[in-house]
Amino acid sequence: MSEHHDGPQSHSGPAHSGMDDARLDYYARLTQALEDLLVAKGVCTRREVQQEMDRMDARTPAGGARVVARAWSDAGFKARLLADPMTALKELGFSLPDTTPRLAVVENTHRVHHLVVCTLCSCYPRMLLGRPPDWYKSLAYRSRAVTDPRGVMREFGLELSEGVEVRVLDSTADLRYLVLPHRPAGTQGMTEAQLAKLVTRDSMIGVTEPLHSEPARAG
Amino acid sequence: MSARALADIAPRYQVGDWVRVRQGSPPGHFRTPQYVQGKPGRVAALCGAFRNPESLARGGDGFPAQPLYRVEFAQTALWGRYRGPAHDKLLLDLYQHWLEPIDEPEGA
Repeated sequence: MSEHHDGPQSHSGPAHSGMDDARLDYYARLTQALEDLLVAKGVCTRREVQQEMDRMDARTPAGGARVVARAWSDAGFKARLLADPMTALKELGFSLPDTTPRLAVVENTHRVHHLVVCTLCSCYPRMLLGRPPDWYKSLAYRSRAVTDPRGVMREFGLELSEGVEVRVLDSTADLRYLVLPHRPAGTQGMTEAQLAKLVTRDSMIGVTEPLHSEPARAG
Repeated sequence: MSARALADIAPRYQVGDWVRVRQGSPPGHFRTPQYVQGKPGRVAALCGAFRNPESLARGGDGFPAQPLYRVEFAQTALWGRYRGPAHDKLLLDLYQHWLEPIDEPEGA
């Protein structure tokens, strides 16, 4: 999408580079038309749209993992993170706009396990995890996470005992949920950077637990 | 979000209060899933004041802001054949105008 060209199929300038209109489905065309209108009306520029897309793509689960690793290492930070996430995140250098959606952090323990879903759409803590995986947006996950969360977690490889209370959070409003996973046993003495490698995206959604040892380095 | 607008609607419920979710499907956009409508739950937290999505979706300003609650439901109260222990919960965020007060349900 970085290549620009003005073809006859581009109805309003060079913005939609490299795309053949005939191949765009309904929603892609709708999105394109909306962007064209916003630009034509001077609400935003092409450059701003591209910058926002780049900003979204730059966010990855590594952000969330860094937050979790700090919380595991620093009890004071953890308390502040649970009480007032937006302020706590500023300590780590995150600059989040002071607008909705706000963030809430929920803690998993050996007694309580949280799992996040958005049954209405695909609300997700993008500020810390980037874009959601496709399965998170699937109808199957969105319906089964609420009706059969234990079955869903089992499919992700997590078998929870009946003694653990499963708490499913359906993100229905302008609050986004990040799960603070339970710190794995045997990780005493690890640095924050080492701990962060144990924190997977899926463990911050709550469908799995964090890794128990550092992932083998490929290559 | 102005302080005045936040003060427009006072929170009516406290943590621990029993509530029932109103039933309805107003035209346009609303964020109260059908599966909790009519169900009894318990206020787990007051999340603050949030602009009303039903107004925002129609180009309104969302004011007066609504108190937003995290409401906790027993999974066994939501699904007839829930496959899990009785202590499993489902929590979601609901705007005050979708809630009505009830007495504690029997057996809850």
